[in-house]
Amino acid sequence: MSAVEISPAAGTDQEARAEAARTRRNWLLSLPAVILLLFAASGPLVIVLIYSFLEPGDYSGVKWIPTFDAWTSILFTRDIFDDTLQLADAHLTIFWRSASLSLLTTLITFLLGFPTAYFIATRPPRQRGLWLFLITIPFWTNLLIRTFAIMEVIRNEGLLNKLLMMTGLISEPLQILYSDTAVLIGMAYVYLPLMALPLYAALERFDFRLVEAGYDLYAGRWMVLRKVILPLVKPGIVAGSILVFMPSLGAYVTPRVLGGGKHMMIGSFIELQFGQGRNWPLGASLSMLLLLIVGIGLFFYVRAMSKEKAHD
Amino acid sequence: MPVAAIETREISKTFGSGDREVRALDHVSLEIRENEFFTLLGPSGCGKTTLLRLIAGFEAPTSGQLLLYGDDISNEPPYRRSVNTVFQSYALFPHLTVAQNIAFGLEMLGKPKAEISRTVDEMLAMVRMEAMAHRKTSEISGGQQQRVALARALAPHPKVLLLDEPLSALDLKLRKEMQRELKRLQIETGITFVFVTHDQEEALTMSDRIAVMSAGKPLQIGTPREIYDRPANRFVASFIGESNFLGATITAATGDVARVRIGGAIDMEASLPAEAPRSGKVTVAIRPEQVRLVEAEAANALPATVTDTVYFGTDTHTHLLLDGGETVVARFQSTLAHSEERANGTRVGVQFWEGSVQVLREMP
Repeated sequence: MSAVEISPAAGTDQEARAEAARTRRNWLLSLPAVILLLFAASGPLVIVLIYSFLEPGDYSGVKWIPTFDAWTSILFTRDIFDDTLQLADAHLTIFWRSASLSLLTTLITFLLGFPTAYFIATRPPRQRGLWLFLITIPFWTNLLIRTFAIMEVIRNEGLLNKLLMMTGLISEPLQILYSDTAVLIGMAYVYLPLMALPLYAALERFDFRLVEAGYDLYAGRWMVLRKVILPLVKPGIVAGSILVFMPSLGAYVTPRVLGGGKHMMIGSFIELQFGQGRNWPLGASLSMLLLLIVGIGLFFYVRAMSKEKAHD
Repeated sequence: MPVAAIETREISKTFGSGDREVRALDHVSLEIRENEFFTLLGPSGCGKTTLLRLIAGFEAPTSGQLLLYGDDISNEPPYRRSVNTVFQSYALFPHLTVAQNIAFGLEMLGKPKAEISRTVDEMLAMVRMEAMAHRKTSEISGGQQQRVALARALAPHPKVLLLDEPLSALDLKLRKEMQRELKRLQIETGITFVFVTHDQEEALTMSDRIAVMSAGKPLQIGTPREIYDRPANRFVASFIGESNFLGATITAATGDVARVRIGGAIDMEASLPAEAPRSGKVTVAIRPEQVRLVEAEAANALPATVTDTVYFGTDTHTHLLLDGGETVVARFQSTLAHSEERANGTRVGVQFWEGSVQVLREMP
């Protein structure tokens, strides 16, 4: 640019050009992320979606014949003799177990996480950092290792059983490992921070003077909790529940290690389709179904969060 | 004698322990009468809020007893005391509407629905908030929140209403309005009000009786007039309004009247509170508006020099240096100032109006 004329028109023109340049630059900056998302996330997803509408290959992979079989076989099995559709009991059991274990995990993490978060939120501000730090420590260790640690605690010759036998509460070791209970213990342990942290965030913003106002107006402890605290930290409860429920539903490592082969959840079931089951389309349709459920959950999560923001 | 609404017996409250122990209340014994507008007045940290929180039940006394209409409630939780609080921060429930806030206490008491809705309507009318009944508390102004907080605390018709500096967040004009409003509500409902403030004007204008507190103890309890006209000690005399303090000698004492000699020149009667020394050297307090300026050579007057004159709008302060070395401030209504104003350096005589001199309890 040689001579720059200073006139209002030139000014706005220049501003517009600068704005356009800024936009271009921002696009360029986000290009790596866009490419990564396109090829590494959306691409595979599209492949999974397409595979769910194909026929399984003989040994593995898919045959390029379009069909809805994979989707119907989520709920039904085709009778090999008369070709009629019947409800797939085994699948339903797995779905039911996944849903109920995830719900129970959410409930347990809430019951454990709420007092924890309440405790931290009522500490003097300087101490809170330390308590939060302690909560996040488990995140530093690999999930598999933590899961094996749980295994070590609950197995027949494990810490828990030894302790119970020593105190004489039981004479025979309790068979906890490889049961739904084991899966539940493991998942509650793994996902507890995901519940405690959003609950803490909500409680930290809670005005504890309202508790006194509640007591003053004849509400006992239980009523203050129900009528004052819980309604005001609801966004935190919703957030924590979704953050725990969604990954629980698709959990693979914990149910696999602690539940053994018999107590399968959706995660292991999907893995099975791509491995021994040799039914890639079914695995693909199950994955898509899970994604859909998680997506709906995320939608409600975002909505709860934005509502909380509007509340502030 | 009727039983007191609130009685504290030798109540002490300490926070922390060891080196960090803080004594917030120090053997406080006082009585708050039924239907009374009682004010706890004092600077921050004097224990007035702690005493209020003790009556509300948010704190337990370290020692001593708290009685509500003769019943010992020292160890009752707040939700079992027929005492409600208007909080300094209002502490309205943000997830409830104005009407739901007012209904909260009644619901917790398990009152029938019809009664609750009738009382809520009454309360809304009483604080003139009918139009706002279904608003969220975040959608109304500070003054309106204040009214809702009042209505919420009055709705269960408590035996005693506690108010913790409820007007401090309001601007001056609104505060004056709410002062009158509070007094009206107190008379209308006939409920005993215990009001905490550090604002002496608020205390003087609204209260039936005031307890002036300092360092965890009530220093003087009395009507606003008694507190202002007959301050028992230096703290009360300077915390409520302004005072001149002068050395004096008691020459005679009968009952609650003493003859005092001030500055070797004035010989006049002074009021003598109980527990004050009855002879020898004492300190007397005189309000600035009770100071009179006369001719420099007048008899029975303290010779002095004018050092400064400050104009305050409604009144004018004249600062004087007595020949004895003590300083005195005289206050005149500005309408009189023309006749009373003197140039700096003017020699004058200082006198005090009859009945204005107060002997203080503590030794000089």
